[in-house]
Amino acid sequence: MTVRVDIEGLAVDIAGTRLLEDVTLRAGSGRVVGLVGPNGSGKSTLLRCVYRALRPAAGRVLLDGDDLHALTAREGARRLAALPQESASEFDFTAAEVVAMGRLPHQSAAGRASAADAAACAAALAQVRAAHLAERGFLTLSGGEKQRVLIARALAQQPRVLVLDEPTNHLDIAQQLEVLALVRGAGPTVLAALHDLNLAAGHCDVLCVVAGGRVVASGPPHDVLTDELLAEVFGVRAHRVPHPATGAPHLLFDRLPPTGGTPDAQP
Amino acid sequence: MSPIARGACGSHEHFPHTRRGLRGRDPPAAAHLAPRTGAPCYPYGRGPTTARPSPWRHPPPRRVPLLPLLCALTAALPLSVLCCTALGASGVGWGDTLHYLWAGLTGGTIRQDEVAAYTIVWELRLPRALLAAVVGAGLAAVGVGVQAMVRNALADPFVLGISSGAAVGANAVLLFGALGSLGVWALSGAAFASALAAMTLVYAVARTAHGLTPLRLVLTGSAMYYAFSAVTTLMVFSADRGEAARSAMMWLLGSLGGATWSSLPIAAAAVLAGTGWLLWSARGLNALAMGDETAAALGVDAVRLRRGLFLVTAAVTGAVVAVSGAIGFVGHMVPHVTRMLVGAGHRRVLAVAPLLGAVLLVWVDLVSRLLLAPVELPVGVITALIGVPGFVLLMRRRGYVFGGS
Repeated sequence: MTVRVDIEGLAVDIAGTRLLEDVTLRAGSGRVVGLVGPNGSGKSTLLRCVYRALRPAAGRVLLDGDDLHALTAREGARRLAALPQESASEFDFTAAEVVAMGRLPHQSAAGRASAADAAACAAALAQVRAAHLAERGFLTLSGGEKQRVLIARALAQQPRVLVLDEPTNHLDIAQQLEVLALVRGAGPTVLAALHDLNLAAGHCDVLCVVAGGRVVASGPPHDVLTDELLAEVFGVRAHRVPHPATGAPHLLFDRLPPTGGTPDAQP
Repeated sequence: MSPIARGACGSHEHFPHTRRGLRGRDPPAAAHLAPRTGAPCYPYGRGPTTARPSPWRHPPPRRVPLLPLLCALTAALPLSVLCCTALGASGVGWGDTLHYLWAGLTGGTIRQDEVAAYTIVWELRLPRALLAAVVGAGLAAVGVGVQAMVRNALADPFVLGISSGAAVGANAVLLFGALGSLGVWALSGAAFASALAAMTLVYAVARTAHGLTPLRLVLTGSAMYYAFSAVTTLMVFSADRGEAARSAMMWLLGSLGGATWSSLPIAAAAVLAGTGWLLWSARGLNALAMGDETAAALGVDAVRLRRGLFLVTAAVTGAVVAVSGAIGFVGHMVPHVTRMLVGAGHRRVLAVAPLLGAVLLVWVDLVSRLLLAPVELPVGVITALIGVPGFVLLMRRRGYVFGGS
């Protein structure tokens, strides 16, 4: 089950500074939307607002028309799951326990875990091919294994929207591709912040470019990743070639001038 | 050897791995590209890249089954209390102890010459053993709560500065006879009141627009801890009374020597209510332990939960410290030992830790009474002396992982 996500005129203030201004974007039901943009552009802030770690100063996040911030926290978490950037814990949970946390919004405080909870956790672990990790300590897993277990936790929430903040950080290339393949095949509508433009172009239905706290472009990767945009937003020059196998746009970046200075195209 | 041949040799020396690899004497240079396990290498797009194990191989944590452990601890607690009531410096026999306990419970009669022994058993040892159980349970439960609240393994119930705040009030009574009008309640009353004052102060200083953050809480708490300790030390030195200074010291290190029936109910109620609340919030504590952002994504309001945690843990700490002083180690180590036994899930930990803390402190208090009898040692000294080696042993044996190392 998936839903359409509409973000309308979203603005976020932190400590009196406006970090996001009038952000509007739409993610069709079941689509994978990638947020790209330079560091500090507001991608994470936008996502934090979507998974309710921040309250918007203005605007709304609508899931099939329901205002997310008007729902209770539990109800919101039943519809939308997230993988925040920080997921460090000092506590020696097993992978199975981490995944079971995904059932939290479905459980009462005092009740025992139900058969449905157990089934959802088992299915989520199987979906990310991590069933064999269930009894391992989460802290002993490798980066890629951890990320798969965390995705399983999000899937155990049985969400209709999945929000991922830099899910491929610190992973080797095989793990990056695997995580994105898992996310694409998971089912829910996906909103993901990604750093690697080529990964984003190859795995997202829609790219949304965030810069200076605003959405400056959005659309299919092919339409969005233009030379002008790359120069203006990222300050780089690139040659765009179609991926020989998939046809997705692929960027070959030019070196910066040898002086080490900023490129001419820097805005 | 011709110059050309020498040159060829020289070029090999630049690529020693290649050369040896070609001769097949050593592992090929590309060995580091092979899968870490030596499993077959899958071509692109096929096979489980996921089958690679972590670079660090850890056996799955061995765990003690929860139900038998709970049953054992539940049975051990009354037995421990009984043992510690029967044993002591003034040798009252087992039969007599049971007789006096029965008399005390049922309101039976005892002979005139038994009054002294009865008083020792019923008025001194039993409330003391029960208080040890209550305090041990409370410190262990609060330790679990505080560690989750500040997401830090090093935290204990006293990291918030509450205990040293309580010490200020208690020492004001001990050394300067403050609140004399309250009589027997003066000491614990003053301790609890100053614990609450310390708690308010820590809360006010640590609070930000985003609620209580773990780091600010720990920093504020430990700063306050030193400030309150300084005030206490100042009081001890300025008071010119040797015996009072000694009892002040005893109180700083923790002691159950002041246990009476009247000191039990409030502490017991606070510990029960606090543990109940923590158990009820256990799932939220799991989420909180993973980070505030994750908690938010799981529908847990981290700011509100942490505020609740602060109030509950501070109040229980205040209530416990008011009757026993600052008994160290229990609140720090029992949560860890419990996690080693049953894993980190807070429901299991909060079910086991209070029982474990209770049993532990009952026995530790007995040792503190008997070791140098009739001199009584501060119980905190024994918790550390017995507890630390046991803890180290357990940690090494079970491959406890904390903080990812």
